[in-house]
Amino acid sequence: MVQERTLPVFQATSAKISKAEGLMLYEDMILGRFFEDKCAEMYYRGKMFGFVHLYNGQEAVSTGVIRALRQGEDFVCSTYRDHVHALSAGVPAREVLAELFGKETGCSKGRGGSMHMFSAEHKLLGGFAFIGEGIPVALGAAYQSKYRRHAMRDKSADQVSVSFFGDGTTNNGQFFECLNMAALWKLPMIFVVENNKWAIGMAHERASSQTEIYRKAAVFGMPGVEVDGMDVLAVRAAAQTAIARARAGEGPTLIECLTYRFRGHSLADPDELRSKAEKEAWQARDPIKKFEAYLLEQNLANQEELKDIERRIQAVVDDAVKFAEESPEPNPDELYRYIFAED
Amino acid sequence: MAETLLFNALREAIDEEMARDDTVFVLGEDVGHYGGSYKVTKDLYDKYGEFRVLDTPIAENSFTGMAVGAAMTGLRPIIEGMNMGFLLLAFNQIANNAGMLRYTSGGNYKIPMVIRGPGGVGRQLGAEHSQRLEAYFQAVPGLRIVACSTPYNAKGLLKAAIRDDNPVLFFEHVLLYNLKQDLPEGEYLVPIDRAEVVRPGKDVTILTYSRMRHHVLQAVKTLEKKGFDPEVIDLISLKPLDFETIGASIRKTHRVIVVEECMKTGGIGAEIIASINDRFFDELDAPVLRLSSQDIPTPYNGKLESLTIVQPKKIEEAVEKMMALQI
Ligand SMILES: Cc1ncc(C[n+]2csc(CCOP(=O)(O)OP(=O)(O)O)c2C)c(N)n1
Ligand SMILES: [Mg+2]
Repeated sequence: MVQERTLPVFQATSAKISKAEGLMLYEDMILGRFFEDKCAEMYYRGKMFGFVHLYNGQEAVSTGVIRALRQGEDFVCSTYRDHVHALSAGVPAREVLAELFGKETGCSKGRGGSMHMFSAEHKLLGGFAFIGEGIPVALGAAYQSKYRRHAMRDKSADQVSVSFFGDGTTNNGQFFECLNMAALWKLPMIFVVENNKWAIGMAHERASSQTEIYRKAAVFGMPGVEVDGMDVLAVRAAAQTAIARARAGEGPTLIECLTYRFRGHSLADPDELRSKAEKEAWQARDPIKKFEAYLLEQNLANQEELKDIERRIQAVVDDAVKFAEESPEPNPDELYRYIFAED
Repeated sequence: MAETLLFNALREAIDEEMARDDTVFVLGEDVGHYGGSYKVTKDLYDKYGEFRVLDTPIAENSFTGMAVGAAMTGLRPIIEGMNMGFLLLAFNQIANNAGMLRYTSGGNYKIPMVIRGPGGVGRQLGAEHSQRLEAYFQAVPGLRIVACSTPYNAKGLLKAAIRDDNPVLFFEHVLLYNLKQDLPEGEYLVPIDRAEVVRPGKDVTILTYSRMRHHVLQAVKTLEKKGFDPEVIDLISLKPLDFETIGASIRKTHRVIVVEECMKTGGIGAEIIASINDRFFDELDAPVLRLSSQDIPTPYNGKLESLTIVQPKKIEEAVEKMMALQI
């Protein structure tokens, strides 16, 4: 029997979502799942290279948080496990897949790769390959919002900045340094910990003296909440509260999402350390299946509507592959382009 | 004209740029209430308020990353490193994010920021506070590195660095803050990518920067009396190097001496020599000579400390030796 933390109780019926919202959330999670499955296939077929970290299992976090933001206005900051955050933020699947193929049409022009997805248009501050280094960058975007509002008297500047990172990353100094600064200056910032219990092969309880990460917020005088990261509605509710707080100028929130990755750390990871029992226990809590059941049960959607979404998203992903395959590689004459602002 | 101390020239630069553009702000340790450890931001807190002169906690890596995020989203941060050495804690943010992010993002973002502060050897501050960091950073793609050396260029360069759309590492020298010079009344900029011909000459090109400029000029006084006519070039931009100015000088003198404060191993001089060999080898009448500081942690003891860096006497000897070489 796998010893798990007691999951926080969430009354899904209190969430009160509309049919349109429900279908939107479902579609976003399906996009994340189908996209990553396609990545695995393409990686093994030699179409993409380097380290590729997939997000399967954690979709409720990306969808629950990012889809509660104002698309294209609020800032999203990711890690190396960034494809799905990019998709939820609105970066077209074509551009993410083309980036993975190293193509000029990729969102980072083929210069970034799997761990470096960027889109200024979609306010995606990046995929950051070093753990923790994106947190201060997101903090800077949050500072910028507050600065515009107060030092430049721009009343419209109420953008929120969200930083995603893993359990392992919460033992890095940048996490604590930024909790302090965000709380100190009451920045419109949300720290989202995707606690999937593992940092490559390092089990969370072997790395952290206090394993309940949300508790670390209190020390800095900020709310810390723990949510079931396999329940998109629970995540969404927590995100909405945090976003409202941030926008109202009341400061940051730390949200710890208890979640699990269904694949190895990266596609290069044989995934031998995690027990079969643990994997099965979490697989049984698949966030997409859970939400699907909820939609049907609440009569927010029927089977046919959900199948429709799946067909449509499969087409989006297939189209992205075709687009990426047919896209040109970067021009070697432009090897030096983008080093400086002028080029 | 107004006689101005170098630290005040820097202060005027920041003040003028903050008045001109309200996206410009300063952040760092003790920049606000305290006015900066070398008083470069004195009184700016009172003038511009807490958002634009932001006292940060002592968290170099994170506040540097925060400045990167602010720069990506449209502000123009100026980080003061209380001592540039402390920025070793921010090496990750400076290298990965300030330096490389624009490229990695395929041009999605630009990072207009300045990281400035005191560095260098000479006040018996011991190894950690007397660092020669310019060489550590020169390999980072995407960074510009500038070293100021006079009140005049300090002011004009800093203003230009603040307006530049790239991340600029801006080195000041602890021993130069109290240099005095008459500065023009009106606004002026000094381009951050151009070397400065400090003294034209025909015998030998001396390439130097920061405080070593003053050691070179001291040596040149003696050398002039002995009948030598060296050309002194202050590199100003340590990255990228201004090979136009350097090349024009080499075509004239055919001999080069590099005088630097950084350590010899992997130093700025090492890079210059390699590049000169690549570009101007046929112009050279003699191998390029390099005078660097010693490859040791800066010692505390005054005598040892002065032995660590290049002294004017050494520069005189080097010029004489080079000029004595028969071609
Ligand atoms: C500074 C740094 N050190 C080490 C690594 C190697 N590394 C990549 S991911 C990872 C584990 C991170 O775990 P966690 O924060 O829990 O995120 P997860 O991968 O579980 O999403 C490590 C050690 C890195 N990328 N950056
Ligand atoms: Mg983890």
